[in-house]
Amino acid sequence: MTEFFAALTDPNLPFLRYALLTGIFASIPFGIIGSFVVVRKISYIAGAIAHCVLGGIGLGLYMEKAVGVTWFGPMQGAVVVALLAAVILALVSRHARQREDSVIGALWAVGMATGLLFIARTPGYVDPMSYLFGNILLVSRGDFFFVLALDVLVLSLVWLFYNSFLAVCFDEEFACLRGVKTGWIYLLLLCLAALTIVLLVRVVGIVMVIALLTLPASIAGNFSRNILQMMMYSVLLCAGFVVVGLGVSYDLDLPSGPVIIIIAAIVYLLVLLGGRFKKVFL
Amino acid sequence: MRAINQTGAAISINGLSFSYDSEEVLTDVNLEVYPFDSICVVGPNGGGKSTLIKLIIGLLTPDTGTIRVFGEKPETARLRIGYVPQYALYDQQFPIAVFDVVCMGCLGKSFTGRYTRNDKERAMAALAETGLSSIADKPFSLLSGGQRQRVLIARALASNGDILILDEPTANIDHESELHFFDLLTELNKRMTILMVTHEVGFASTFFKRIACVNKQVVIHPTSALTGDLIRDMYDGDMRMIRHDHCCSEEGHKHD
Repeated sequence: MTEFFAALTDPNLPFLRYALLTGIFASIPFGIIGSFVVVRKISYIAGAIAHCVLGGIGLGLYMEKAVGVTWFGPMQGAVVVALLAAVILALVSRHARQREDSVIGALWAVGMATGLLFIARTPGYVDPMSYLFGNILLVSRGDFFFVLALDVLVLSLVWLFYNSFLAVCFDEEFACLRGVKTGWIYLLLLCLAALTIVLLVRVVGIVMVIALLTLPASIAGNFSRNILQMMMYSVLLCAGFVVVGLGVSYDLDLPSGPVIIIIAAIVYLLVLLGGRFKKVFL
Repeated sequence: MRAINQTGAAISINGLSFSYDSEEVLTDVNLEVYPFDSICVVGPNGGGKSTLIKLIIGLLTPDTGTIRVFGEKPETARLRIGYVPQYALYDQQFPIAVFDVVCMGCLGKSFTGRYTRNDKERAMAALAETGLSSIADKPFSLLSGGQRQRVLIARALASNGDILILDEPTANIDHESELHFFDLLTELNKRMTILMVTHEVGFASTFFKRIACVNKQVVIHPTSALTGDLIRDMYDGDMRMIRHDHCCSEEGHKHD
């Protein structure tokens, strides 16, 4: 760890500072949206959006390198496709209750397939690995500003619509009866989740998005009396996992995404075992 | 009775039918619920009890026929309805405090759903009325079945409605909670119309003014002084009373 802290202050390694700052500030939307995803039990939907993001990345790469559209790169593609997936999933959950499961699964696979096809047609070598498994060390200055913008967006919208989000997660039927526009609130929640997922893809990669979105919130759920507490704890836990994960991965020269996830999973396991232990012996 | 003589129905249903896909659940239903009425909705599983409730609160729309709540469509009138769903439907681990659940009854007045001080005061008053003030800060997940039921009633009261609709509220609660529950309903019936779905008709004899029997159709038993004896006469014995495998028709009950 001392090596890691020394490297942080090294003027020749600015990417490490960006990575750390991005990770810490990104933990705010991860923790907040993750809590909603966990209590509403939509991690499968989050997974589908994450995998669709590859379609957007592929589209962005293709537009940028094959078509020559400079303003539409992988990041823009990811945002557009993630939002599109969120809209489709919100519509599906509203209109096709029984088939929702199949549609989620189909979207999941189609997103990935489209992405890989675009990448295959993109000139030059593109390594899909960094998108699948993430590399926080590749985050740029632009990513950092995206994180700050998302922080402001998520914090303000959740502050404004907190009660509506909570009601839709706890009891959608009752919320609808009280005149809450549940369809729109759910769509807004999925869109915020989609933007958060784009960012998560940058940090831990498509495959591990669900883990970093749900593990901190699930751990926090064990100690929280209400969602507000759950959000605060999961933001702190998430930031902790990213910082420690980055440090460990730097010291041991391992990829950062998997290290972050493994640390989160170990803590989750310990918390579960601790809870069991307390129940049995105390 | 004072309530029944008042003009203007709280809920009025005319010639209603409803089907899920091709299966007809309710056929030619006519029902008038008067202000300050207390109706017990009984019937076999799959007979259409819950569907009838969902139609009244506007979560479903009828295929034919009309529903009016205080003369308006359910979608516009439903803010005047306090709804108490089955507590067993809730996620056992949802982290939420009792007070926050009750506050949800105040939703629907502002676009964002943020509560005013007035809303919070109303939630506290509803908690006091249901005897839950002392557990306002407790997590909902740690409560007993009876307490959760009362929290959901408090939430419906926070809506300040004129009609209280309860769906199987006595399922899975102990006998003592049940007694408290009916004391509370008696009190509330002084200012609200009450409609309650149940499969335990035993209570009908002590609290409800009328019984609505739902099995594809709806048959009302208007009883101004419903006693145990009367029910026994009407249903041909106590055992028959809790059987709902019979057909209700326009002419009355056909028992085999």
